Amino acid sequence: MTAVEERTGAPTPEIGKARRRKEDARLITGKTTWTDNMVLPGMLHLAVVRSPVAHARITSVDVEAVRQAPGVVAVYTGRDLAEEQGSLPCAWPVTPEMVNPGHPSIAVDQVNHVGEAVAVIVARSKVAAQDAVELADIDYEPLPVVLDMEEAVKDGADLVHDHTESNTSYHFVFDAGEMGTGGDTEQAFAEADVVVSRRLVQQRLIPAFMEPRSVVVQPQGDNYTLWSSTQIPHILRVMAAMVTGIPEHKLRVVAPDVGGGFGGKLQVNPEEILCLLIARRLGKPVKWTETRSESLMTGHHGRDQVQYVDVAADREGNLKGLRVRLLADMGAYLRLVTPGVPILGAFMFIGIYKFPAYRFECDGVFTNKVPTDAYRGAGRPEATFAIERIMDELAVELGMDPLELRRKNWIQASEFPFTTAAGLEYDSGDYETATQQALDLLGYDALRAEQQRRRESNDPVQLGIGISTFTEMCGLAPSRVLGSLSYGAGGWEQASIRMLPTGKVEVVTGSTPHGQGHETAWSQLVADQLGVPFEDIEVLHGDTAISSRGMDTYGSRSLVVGGSAVVKAADKVIAKARKVAAHLLEASEDDLDFSAGSFSVRGTPGSGVSIQEIALATFASHNFPEGMEPSIDADATFDPENFSFPHGTHLCAMEVDTETGFVKIRKYACVDDVGTIVNPLIVEGQVHGGLAQGIAQALYEEAVYDADGNLTTGTFVDYLVPAASDLPHFDTGNTVHAAPGNPIGAKGVGEAGCIASTPAVVNAAIDAVRHLGVTDIRMPLTPERVWRAIHAGGDGGDRASARTNAQAVDSSDAPSTAGGAQ
Amino acid sequence: MTRISVRVDGASYDDDVEPRTLLVHYLREQLGKVGTVVGCDTSNCGACTVHLDGEAVKSCTVFAVQADGAEVTTIEGVGQDGLHPVQKAFHEMHGLQCGYCTPGMIMASIDLLGENPDPSDDEVREGIEGNLCRCTGYQNIVRAVRHAAAEMRGDGSGPPTDGHAAPAQVDTAAAPHVVGQA
Repeated sequence: MTAVEERTGAPTPEIGKARRRKEDARLITGKTTWTDNMVLPGMLHLAVVRSPVAHARITSVDVEAVRQAPGVVAVYTGRDLAEEQGSLPCAWPVTPEMVNPGHPSIAVDQVNHVGEAVAVIVARSKVAAQDAVELADIDYEPLPVVLDMEEAVKDGADLVHDHTESNTSYHFVFDAGEMGTGGDTEQAFAEADVVVSRRLVQQRLIPAFMEPRSVVVQPQGDNYTLWSSTQIPHILRVMAAMVTGIPEHKLRVVAPDVGGGFGGKLQVNPEEILCLLIARRLGKPVKWTETRSESLMTGHHGRDQVQYVDVAADREGNLKGLRVRLLADMGAYLRLVTPGVPILGAFMFIGIYKFPAYRFECDGVFTNKVPTDAYRGAGRPEATFAIERIMDELAVELGMDPLELRRKNWIQASEFPFTTAAGLEYDSGDYETATQQALDLLGYDALRAEQQRRRESNDPVQLGIGISTFTEMCGLAPSRVLGSLSYGAGGWEQASIRMLPTGKVEVVTGSTPHGQGHETAWSQLVADQLGVPFEDIEVLHGDTAISSRGMDTYGSRSLVVGGSAVVKAADKVIAKARKVAAHLLEASEDDLDFSAGSFSVRGTPGSGVSIQEIALATFASHNFPEGMEPSIDADATFDPENFSFPHGTHLCAMEVDTETGFVKIRKYACVDDVGTIVNPLIVEGQVHGGLAQGIAQALYEEAVYDADGNLTTGTFVDYLVPAASDLPHFDTGNTVHAAPGNPIGAKGVGEAGCIASTPAVVNAAIDAVRHLGVTDIRMPLTPERVWRAIHAGGDGGDRASARTNAQAVDSSDAPSTAGGAQ
Repeated sequence: MTRISVRVDGASYDDDVEPRTLLVHYLREQLGKVGTVVGCDTSNCGACTVHLDGEAVKSCTVFAVQADGAEVTTIEGVGQDGLHPVQKAFHEMHGLQCGYCTPGMIMASIDLLGENPDPSDDEVREGIEGNLCRCTGYQNIVRAVRHAAAEMRGDGSGPPTDGHAAPAQVDTAAAPHVVGQA
């Protein structure tokens, strides 16, 4: 048995190599394991009867006709499951006083948003279950519908939950003066030469992952296996066990191939719990797969904030203070991290700038809409949008170039590590260099000259340039910081490395990919650490029976935290193998060098034993060091000390047709610093995808509810996920400042493009038409809104929906946080 | 129930189907051809794209009975003599991330290249606008389609860059296990 091939020369480093992805082999040939592909003997299919009204008491439920329908095996109402369904978990009570009304998986007495489950039909086929949905006869007694946050927080407003005192779930405050991380904010504003205040709207978005959610549960005696299209099999297992009472050790959760998530699958879904409850009742395997309309209507949404932002500065443009007050739409219930999303943003509103004073307040507000929760960036896009928009407005007020204002106030490369007024220690970077490279990529000077020509000639198509210089907190997260924010779990990640007898390597990771390419990147990490070929490494993930511990994938954490755990596990393997090598080579451990996968005795050429040979020797264990257990496998858990802080400069050149309101991105360029790059192909792909989603928020996407609380953007006809023809070419680049807080030096890249791009696009459009009196345009920048902003003033107003019929709303008279000059 | 005869990926099937059964559901549920997936219910996303008698169709927009007597090719059959150049190019150019849209995107791209063997960036973008991808931002899909076009033309001209900044440094050695699978 010769497991080891002769080596010729040292391999080139894998880190930094544009490896094509291992994952692709199955994805480009259709040999995939999406949850909905799964068929089990005797499997039954679920269809969910959903509320057609946003807010009502359920007065009667008659499902007799459903029961009689062909192929129907059972039907369950909320009343049937009321005693065993518990409440869906909210893991983030952001204040001790936070009001959590509880979140049933299926409504019992009252529905609080359109699409809420009211009955579940179980049938022998999917079509039989779906055919029976319309036979359910449910009567509703309507209640007043609460939709507008600014109305919902007023005294005497109608309530979403009548057992609560108000629609405010929580009031969260971060005040730098009180925390000792900055000066007194009120004093800073009182003494400032210039104060600029704006009300900005972060519209509601839908994650719109391409693979609809799907759940399969197989009961086996007391044991249950749950397959789900989820980002978080490990968290789901803990939470589902607590909700259903199925003991954690009797529940296995598997995330097979998962078709995108973007935060939208960072959830404990009602349907996951319902599948478990019904499989337990029936003792049979069940499957639920949503339609796209169900997905858009009932999967959690993202963003949805009204932001009141005040910035204070002196006449020379030195920033003096920032004050932010948010209304954050929770929707009807608190899901897994619903209340925490705006709090993740709380620490990022000051961006890359040296604000001496900062105050943040947020009200979480209940409305009769589907809950919000994590969506790519989760709190940080909202914060970055606010600060990068208000910096442009301040520049106008001061008569300064927007880039010069930024440059004057951002943290200099020599000042890292830098502790901000929000109390975060930014790790590394160089904003000036990234900005200079981005300006070159865009061809900034030539475009500014063209802008000037178009203005002078009164061209109907005007040109604008938008700037967004950003940072974000990534690598979620140091467990002690999460603890200080009352989050219900830690932020560590786990990895194991198993050295197989034939010299092949299994890497088990607690990070659960859904398109990010972990199998490839983790192989690169281990190939470099252990000196084994890239092809000899298999990465296992997404099954709690294989990967017993994990915190899963979100928040640009996988490489930073999960990859670091892999590196640490590899170090432990090497340390164990060193003992075996010393024994086999009859040398002292201290005299051994480890390089390119082999141990050799220093100064003795030709001596050597490879780590694969050691793996085989460990398997046999015939000749092993005295007292050492026969294994060189290792586990490691990595808990970061600090967040990592990717940064970058994004520039957008935008053409605006002043006659039609049509906007078109002329050129988009960005330079991101995401720390050490393990795989440039994957990094570039993540930036591209993030840009697409961030630009889509600026230009295309909005979840719109009509006056009755119906989602009018409930299909891909109405919810505009951009196609290839809707997006420009992206010119992307990188600077590299390694993150000091992890052994890889990576900072995280999954969310960067999505966080940075939105304000760059909006700033560009406003820059194009500012000379026409436009100071804000609400997202998405539909031609209608842009035209209104140019020709009718205001921010373009609400988007037309079925009942509102395009009422133009001038929001400039909305309340501001304090009496700052407009 | 209606009897249909259909060839799918080179194999013949005779089956009874309900008249309302969509081709995609017939493929997935009766034939087990789960490489073709469903992404929406309004024919917007294109994830279910297959070839019906050589032309790309969204198989959620075709009844199974309409495929009677026809030849259907899915992602599982398109590379039966090894990977199709478009499959290879999606891998080479990192034209996929989660991979859910990929079967439909590849089938639509093959159809596009049949009509236009040398499309520009804009022509690719317009040609695949019936297929949605949420992960890639499309740029590497465009690269992949043009890369495949150059290979399929075989004239050695390679894909032009249209003056855009060069793509990320590209290591041209494909991951061996994918090549090996061909």
